[in-house]
Amino acid sequence: MSNVSTHIHTVHLWGALRPLVGGKESVTSSARTIRELFRFLAENYPGVEAHIRRGVAVSIDGRIYRDQWDTELPAGAEIYLMPRIPGG
Amino acid sequence: MPLDTSLVRKPFKVIGTRVRRPDGIDKVTGRAKYGADAFAPGQLVGLVLRSPHAHARIKKIDTSKAEKLPGVKAVVTAADLPDLTAGDRGLRDTLENCMARTKALYDGHAVAAVAAVDMHTAKQALKLIKVDYQVLPHVTDPDEALKPNAPLLHDDIFTEGIEPKPVKPSNFIKIAEYGHGDVEAGFKEADVIIEKSYKTEQTHQGYIEPHACLASVSPDGTAELWVTTQGPFVYRNTCAALLGMDINKLRVTSSEIGGGFGGKTHVWAEPVALALSRKANRPVKVVMTRDEVFRATGPTSSASMDIKIGARKDGTVTAAFAELRYQNGAFPFTWAEFGAMTAWACYDFKNVKSVSKDVVVNRPKCAAYRAPSAPIAAFAVESTMDQVAQAIGMDPIEFRIKNAAKEGTKSSYGPVYGPIGIGPTLEAAKNHPHMKAPLGPNQGRGMACGFWFNFGGQTCVDVNVTPDGSVTVAVGTVDVGGSRASLALAVAEELGVPYDQVRVIVADTSSLGHNDMTDGSRGTFSSSMAAVDATRKAVQTLRERAAKIWEIPVDEVEWMDGHAHAVGEKHGNKAPLSVKEISAQAANTGGPIAGHSEIVADGAGVSFATHICDAEVDPETGRTTIKRYTVIQDAGKAMHPSYVEGQYQGGAAQGIGWALNEEYVYGKDGRLQNPGFLDYRIPVCSDLPMIDTQILEIPNPNHPYGVRGVGETSIVPPLGAIANAISNAAGVRLNHIPMSPPRVLKALKAKKK
Repeated sequence: MSNVSTHIHTVHLWGALRPLVGGKESVTSSARTIRELFRFLAENYPGVEAHIRRGVAVSIDGRIYRDQWDTELPAGAEIYLMPRIPGG
Repeated sequence: MPLDTSLVRKPFKVIGTRVRRPDGIDKVTGRAKYGADAFAPGQLVGLVLRSPHAHARIKKIDTSKAEKLPGVKAVVTAADLPDLTAGDRGLRDTLENCMARTKALYDGHAVAAVAAVDMHTAKQALKLIKVDYQVLPHVTDPDEALKPNAPLLHDDIFTEGIEPKPVKPSNFIKIAEYGHGDVEAGFKEADVIIEKSYKTEQTHQGYIEPHACLASVSPDGTAELWVTTQGPFVYRNTCAALLGMDINKLRVTSSEIGGGFGGKTHVWAEPVALALSRKANRPVKVVMTRDEVFRATGPTSSASMDIKIGARKDGTVTAAFAELRYQNGAFPFTWAEFGAMTAWACYDFKNVKSVSKDVVVNRPKCAAYRAPSAPIAAFAVESTMDQVAQAIGMDPIEFRIKNAAKEGTKSSYGPVYGPIGIGPTLEAAKNHPHMKAPLGPNQGRGMACGFWFNFGGQTCVDVNVTPDGSVTVAVGTVDVGGSRASLALAVAEELGVPYDQVRVIVADTSSLGHNDMTDGSRGTFSSSMAAVDATRKAVQTLRERAAKIWEIPVDEVEWMDGHAHAVGEKHGNKAPLSVKEISAQAANTGGPIAGHSEIVADGAGVSFATHICDAEVDPETGRTTIKRYTVIQDAGKAMHPSYVEGQYQGGAAQGIGWALNEEYVYGKDGRLQNPGFLDYRIPVCSDLPMIDTQILEIPNPNHPYGVRGVGETSIVPPLGAIANAISNAAGVRLNHIPMSPPRVLKALKAKKK
């Protein structure tokens, strides 16, 4: 079994999510996929789930993912949550 | 076989060639069928009654006289579209925008609709509907709407992002913040600080084809909708939800589309057409007039912005700040927030902050418009960047190169960039002959940069090999900018057959799984990825069938140049089998030969562009003529360069219209004064120079051919580039878009004083 502690991420949050996590700019998580990360946030921070339903995009090392929730969060990756953006 | 999106660096056979457009002949000869070109037996004419008031309570609607008029088959109001949205605020707003419930929130808001046997009867019926309005005070300006005593549109908007949550409702939807560092400390380090305010007026996408649909609801509960749209699957899902239908009962077919640019990603009259058809038990066709398109569909925001940039004399920006106030129309969204995310994205600043304020006003519900929100913010940022460069005596391109974002830069919206293309576009601009060309009297040159997020999304493609070996391809993501040609090229490339042997159609919603809309510059990016995937699966089947024909293991069959080749010493002397030869035996080797792909094309990668513009200002009239225009943008890989150039030119042309003339003009009564192309001036060919393009190809590692979306970024820099060119030509800084002749003349007169 892999060591969970090597998979700790700092998950940066955009402004709208910060009041829901006690005003912090980021939280830490050991999630290995976007799905695990969203589950972790929904279980630990009531109110975030509503944002996830409305649409949250995840930037992993600068590349933005909107839909593929089984996308892996590599160890040490930079993770940002962002609002889901519409296009024209 | 899992989807492999990794970049294949190989010489292409057909990708990158300028093949014939598959839809070209039908479009130029008038055979192509658009939204208004459908016909069904017994169809009725549907018309919508719209509020003449910017803000009014609807006390009563009396439809009895209209219903009694011979030839009228149905009249609908909000009562015929009950609220089934189950607490989904966005869906409820869509419903209320399609048909006003208790209040009309803008001039043009639908309040009732009729279906009648002909246009004359339908028009008569509209006049017979009596609406008892209580006219309310209105507000159309974002700054006015933010004031404490402004007329209140909704009693359930409590500003999001303020702690503690406000107890009083207001028009102020949301405040959001992006950035990093310490801007106050950064400004203290600056040798020069430029602080300016800017305004942009509301513009419409201005697509040539008005919204049109033909709805037919059967008594058995099934329904058909023919419609001009960027997203038939999204229209299907939304309309089904609003009308309380199972999604599979509604089949939506997209027509050819005469432009969308984001305006056809939202439903407007389509749910009303379905409600009319359901009530009348007849097909109903609704075709909007241009007046209706302007008044009652979704233009982009107007905005008011404050920008502050500090820099040292060596050109290093020490701090940058933006406050962006965008109006969203009559319903809440977060258009200003997207402006805040994109505003500074081209640059590598140590201290940067943007604050967005979204606000509702008595105007139509805003919709996406090509890189939505980004051009507005870029105008203000790029105008200020030029003024800082001037203040420190630095060339504007060198100033931007010095501060440009690069791989490893922490973006202003948060994440650190991977490989990006802003630097190469700036270097290309610096070295472009346009930058060195002489300018004439009253002429000025400007340049600007732009950024947009691209995305991918859910996509389906079916590839079918027919019995004669030719190939049909069905895609669910609508072709608005040439994706059918790109898909045919991708399938031909993978299969090794000529381009002409592949025909692509856009399938209806009952033929394929869900596809996202054509937005976010995703059409060619995601559909070509799915087409490559589907074709590779078809090739695998072709190899298996050749193995059966030859009675050899499939491992000993390779695919090359459109043929199966037996390999190895034992079978290598067999003559290759073509697609045609294999498909002719399909019935006896396992049945039809096809490949299917259902994917989420994520990881599209962000996009940058740099534009150069020469403008000439007539000092007597204030009229501006664009003399020369150059677009430089990274395409990753241009699958069909002519279409890519078309996207670059189209974005620039729309940007020129936005910068120079286009503007929603509201009267004091809150009514739109110019809902037509005579008074709302979009550029025509004679207004434009030849728009030069330079395609950069820095491959996207997340696409098999390196493709990036190209549709939207090209509209981001024009407002700033043109504003800088005009200001340089006029010798006075202009800060209000559009820079129409009266505004330019006013600035010239003020300069003389």
